[in-house]
Amino acid sequence: MTIKIKNLTHVYSPNTPFEIKALDNINISIDNGEFIGLIGHTGSGKSTLIQHLNGLLKPTNGKIEIDDDDILSKSVSLKKIRQKIGLVFQYPEHQLFEETVYKDISFGPRNLGLAEDEVDLRIKEAMEVVGLEYDIIKDRSPFDLSGGQRRRVAIAGVLAMKPKVLILDEPTAGLDPKGRDEILGQIEQLYKRYNMTIILVSHSMEDIAKLVNRLIVMYRGKVAMDDTPREVFKRVDELENMGLALPQITYFMRAFKEKVKDIREDVITVHEAKKEILEYLRRN
Amino acid sequence: MFRNITIGQYYPAETVIHKLDPRIKIIITFTFIISLFFINSFYPYIFVLAFLLTAIKLSTVPISYILRGLKPIMIIIIITFLINLFMTKGEVVYSLGPLDITKEGLIHAGFMAVRLVFLIIGTSLLTLTTSPISLTDGIEKLLNPFKKIGIPAHELAMMMTIALRFIPTLLEETDKIMKAQMARGADFESGNIINRAKSLVPLLVPLFVSAFRRADELAMAMEARCYRGGENRTRMKQLKLQTRDFIVMVITGLLLGIIIYFRISEH
Repeated sequence: MTIKIKNLTHVYSPNTPFEIKALDNINISIDNGEFIGLIGHTGSGKSTLIQHLNGLLKPTNGKIEIDDDDILSKSVSLKKIRQKIGLVFQYPEHQLFEETVYKDISFGPRNLGLAEDEVDLRIKEAMEVVGLEYDIIKDRSPFDLSGGQRRRVAIAGVLAMKPKVLILDEPTAGLDPKGRDEILGQIEQLYKRYNMTIILVSHSMEDIAKLVNRLIVMYRGKVAMDDTPREVFKRVDELENMGLALPQITYFMRAFKEKVKDIREDVITVHEAKKEILEYLRRN
Repeated sequence: MFRNITIGQYYPAETVIHKLDPRIKIIITFTFIISLFFINSFYPYIFVLAFLLTAIKLSTVPISYILRGLKPIMIIIIITFLINLFMTKGEVVYSLGPLDITKEGLIHAGFMAVRLVFLIIGTSLLTLTTSPISLTDGIEKLLNPFKKIGIPAHELAMMMTIALRFIPTLLEETDKIMKAQMARGADFESGNIINRAKSLVPLLVPLFVSAFRRADELAMAMEARCYRGGENRTRMKQLKLQTRDFIVMVITGLLLGIIIYFRISEH
């Protein structure tokens, strides 16, 4: 399943003094099985962009095509699009509303009109993927759970719809390091085991560098860069001008290179850095 | 989807109208409303129109922006117009089945519609040119004399400030939760009344939860900064009447005078 974004422009509150051009002529093509990171300063248009992908926002100009079908044409059902493209908002736990975890996760699949046993099956599977124990958690109220658990219930609620593409807006915001690692690990599993296309919006360069294989940088409503993380993180000055930064370890390796010349500086994860330094030590 | 609500939304600018003392603006608005109800012929409307247009011109708020604010109230204006049109007895000019349009009805309906439009434009001009904070400041000051008879002026003003402050926040939150549920296949737009009411549950529960959470956090933050209500509270921006406030008061007084004159001289 491929997503093509063509000349997408979005203007909020047009023709009022509060008019804002949030997206300005965006062209992106997303292929099956990509793991994409989307970064950008606050207000750069990331959230606006992802809300277009499943038709929650309508473009002011331009169009979005999924498998060559314009998603806003009358013949395309938005419900089907929203089933295929799962969107997990920032702080998704704020959307929980049911009395029990089971009922809340069933909301999505029920809206799709699935049979009871299929719904049941999907809930079990979704809870397993996000690491929630079905028998212990299913009958508890989502409001009694911890923050990290609540977030996973919310993510499970989207996964239970079995989307082909999963978009996550800052899935780790406000979590402790352990909760963050768990959720990121589960996202990686989704990519590797279930072969989902994943779009991850994040502020954390570390997470991005560790996970994604393509990185899109947004700046003032435009796509500023679109490349592999390694190539993007080479453009330090440009990134810093946009209010973004490199992963900490890359800064470390750059500083290290000033002391010892014979080492690579385009290292983006701690794991890589370890390998590089060990090799350096072996050489000398 | 809630970004299009313009009625009463503050339009930031640096103009004479914006800078007027909020107390004066509230008094003027009330005087304006009262004087509208003194009018019983078309002629004095010219003065009202001139008054409004001058105020709008000075405030630099685009007229299209003000007219857009009328849209949600259009239905009320139309209903009032139609009721007046068909329910007034007098000389029949046109018959629509059992309904008669009379000459008096036509005049009266037009008259009431103009009154409503002026009423709404006048009052929305108050909120368009006064920030919510200074508006509640003004209300608090105006209510101060009534403290003696037990009206909690400061508390009322504080409640209004908080309520106004959270309208955009809650609208944003509603928008976000609605989208999140729509992403899970929720449908808020189709179905019969019962189904639609049911479909609001996934929206209202999270909204209430978050409203209570916000209330709790705000109360905590206020207590952490030792908020203790109105007694002995001083403010950074003191309200002081300027020359322009007096001038505007005189002009409004004149408008009221003219309208009362017309009213009396017609009898």
